[in-house]
Amino acid sequence: MTEITQERAARMHHQRPHGWSRAQLVLRGVVLGLGALVFLFPFYYMVVGALQKDPDPTLAGAFPNPSNLTFDNFVNVNERINLGTGLINSGIFTGGVLLCTVIFGVLVGYALAMLKWRGARATFALALLVQVIPFQLLQIPLYVLIARDYGLADTHVGMILPFAINSTAVIIFRQYFLQLPKELFEAARIDGAGEIRLLWSIALPLVRPALVTAVLLTFIGPWNEFLWPFLITKDAALQPLAVSLANYISTVAASTDNPFGAILAGAVVLAAPVVVLFIVFQRYFVSNDLGSGVKG
Amino acid sequence: MTSTVSDPRAPVPSRTGATGPASGKGKGKGKGKGSGSGSPRAKRSVAHRIFGRQPLGLLFSSPYLLFVLAVFAFPIVYSVWISFHDFFFAAPGANPDRPFVGLDNYVAAFSNPAVIRSFGNVGIFLLINVPLTVVLSLLLASALNKVVHARTFLRVSFYVPYVTASVAVVAVWLFLFNGNGLVNSILGPLAPSPSWLINENLAMPVIAIYVTWKQLGFYILLYLAALQNVPKELYESAATDGAGRIRQFFSVTVPGVRPATLLVLLVSTVTGANLFTEPYLLTGGGGPNGASASPVLLMYQLGIQQGQPDVASAIGVVLVIGVLIIAFIQNRLVGERDS
Repeated sequence: MTEITQERAARMHHQRPHGWSRAQLVLRGVVLGLGALVFLFPFYYMVVGALQKDPDPTLAGAFPNPSNLTFDNFVNVNERINLGTGLINSGIFTGGVLLCTVIFGVLVGYALAMLKWRGARATFALALLVQVIPFQLLQIPLYVLIARDYGLADTHVGMILPFAINSTAVIIFRQYFLQLPKELFEAARIDGAGEIRLLWSIALPLVRPALVTAVLLTFIGPWNEFLWPFLITKDAALQPLAVSLANYISTVAASTDNPFGAILAGAVVLAAPVVVLFIVFQRYFVSNDLGSGVKG
Repeated sequence: MTSTVSDPRAPVPSRTGATGPASGKGKGKGKGKGSGSGSPRAKRSVAHRIFGRQPLGLLFSSPYLLFVLAVFAFPIVYSVWISFHDFFFAAPGANPDRPFVGLDNYVAAFSNPAVIRSFGNVGIFLLINVPLTVVLSLLLASALNKVVHARTFLRVSFYVPYVTASVAVVAVWLFLFNGNGLVNSILGPLAPSPSWLINENLAMPVIAIYVTWKQLGFYILLYLAALQNVPKELYESAATDGAGRIRQFFSVTVPGVRPATLLVLLVSTVTGANLFTEPYLLTGGGGPNGASASPVLLMYQLGIQQGQPDVASAIGVVLVIGVLIIAFIQNRLVGERDS
């Protein structure tokens, strides 16, 4: 008995804080560092490739010669697909989704967390269920309905409609409203404040971080979406950037001198807004919010 | 720097139980509905009995409920209906005859070898992508969870591929993996021939690895959240019992994050079944010779390009059933067995 305790004490004495040996710490650093490299290198390479005059696919090309750098690729890709128009369409698509999600999502979130009504539980279950429905599988019926029956092909409304209210955002809103002190609302109700007023002047100001998280999360959906706007827009003047760039990659790229330079320049323009937004607001992109959003 | 650990808003007592139908109270007070008693109190109690104590909740939720009905519920039913009928695109307003054809569309879909092959392809995809996703995201999340320095930098670099448009990232992978790309120029004589994306045996594995890499950040996020819920005492007692780091990982961490593992399995399976953008762009429309075509890509090609939405819907229905079966098996194998 005593031997065991001594042994245990001895072992614990040799342990580093949290029980990590030096070798394990180094190993962990190497794994994480390699991971970060693998994740970031393609983005670095995207920017480098977009700036090179002559594509250099050798290892040396990853560390380009300053004399080989140019903005010509951006000009070239802009001649084929109008980057400005693409960005505006992506912006309208994303903006429409954000607007609907924030207005209607906050209303449902508030109703689910704060009000007692029949069907609240079923609605919450629905919001969870919707997230596991594979959207791609709805492509045929939605295409038939929206493009054919409602005649909304080549319109921004048709583009926005299937994404209008992000269910994950709804769940995030509900989660945040649930954490607000109920007494505050009871008191205001006794004072005769209506629910709209409660929502607007008490609840909303208190859940501002939830708004940022939900907006960030909702933003990446439509901005990056390819299949749906690709199906519904044939008119180049209405295509979001993801669609026009994809069309450029799959069709016209072969006829350009430096196709990769032009493609990567387009990719940088498409990726930059999200990456910048994400880095600026990364502290709102934390696991607990999103984890709860997905798990419910 | 905001660490993922110290979020004060973390534990949320689920209150769903309390928000349930609270209208049972007013039962048995007589059927005031048609009696036309004009007093506001009577009207109120009727509304309460039907809609609950705060019927405003239903009003607030109605736009969302309409949205879910129009964009999810109805299209799902419609899709099944289309798959059993002779359906073709018609001009808006036209109302052509769409006879019931039984399983004809299913027979048409699955007598097409390309469709069979696409299901095989997605099987290969899932066999590579799902295990790799679970292992790598759990490893990286637990390493990231312990790290003190450069935490934000590491977190951001892991999530960046996830938040970026696949169309943009595919462009770089095309550049990296094409015949004369960086990967082959580093490999030199070891480069595969034909090259990655035009090689029948390698196209699908490259796509599977691409998607693993692209989505990993999201699953790391899920595991990081789950790791916060593993009680620290379990590690301490395991350490006192002489369990080393690796032993602790397998006997404390892995069982501790089991619900998250189930979620990662389910989400990565659904994502994999939805594969479209990558075979469309990375391998130029499911090439070579359909070796990387996915069912969703074929749904697009057959349904919308070739005007057979009924056959495409049949593929979709079979795909959903397949995903449900896999999800059920995963749930049985990984989900909580006790209780």
